[in-house]
Amino acid sequence: MTTVLFWFSGICLVAGGVFCLIGGIGLLRMPDFYTRMHAASVTETLGVGLLLLGLMPQAGLSLVTLKLVMVGLLVFLVSPAVSHALARAAFLRGPKPLLAQSGEVASKP
Amino acid sequence: MLITVTVALLVTAALALLRACLGPTVFDRLLAANTIGTCAILLLAVLGFLRGRPEFLDLALVYGLLNAIGMFAVLKFMRQGDLGLADAPACAPEDKP
Repeated sequence: MTTVLFWFSGICLVAGGVFCLIGGIGLLRMPDFYTRMHAASVTETLGVGLLLLGLMPQAGLSLVTLKLVMVGLLVFLVSPAVSHALARAAFLRGPKPLLAQSGEVASKP
Repeated sequence: MLITVTVALLVTAALALLRACLGPTVFDRLLAANTIGTCAILLLAVLGFLRGRPEFLDLALVYGLLNAIGMFAVLKFMRQGDLGLADAPACAPEDKP
């Protein structure tokens, strides 16, 4: 594996790991359920995408890379559907979103 | 390099587990379960590469499917109170989307 591919795979892997951590930390620190969903989606999109992208050069052009593409495709297609179902169920049955009142600083443009 | 990614994924799963324990509403727990599922998929892929066993990726694929179907089942069970009888209305009566 050429050094370029090695460095590309290393950087992608580490970046994917960092984004997974960011999503995990965001899951804990976010005040409201809907903001936590955003944090969880950071893990699912960037974390999965970069990690699988980083693993691909290590497998070269082979069946394993195809499987990696399939796993990435699966997660990218399924996680929006799950997030939508979860958000809709939460909106109908669970907590209402924490909106900024008009007077607060947060709502100023 | 793969070791550091494995550690990062384990820490993410631990953070999600912590959110699952703390989560005030059941939806937070569902969200944490979904995140743990995603971490499991990634762990399978990375450990498959670490140990040199390409068949782990098939496990990751199947686990991804199971995770999604499990989430849909729990959500459907929560909204309609049961997993749907033959004559149940399509949409739960009391929620007006």
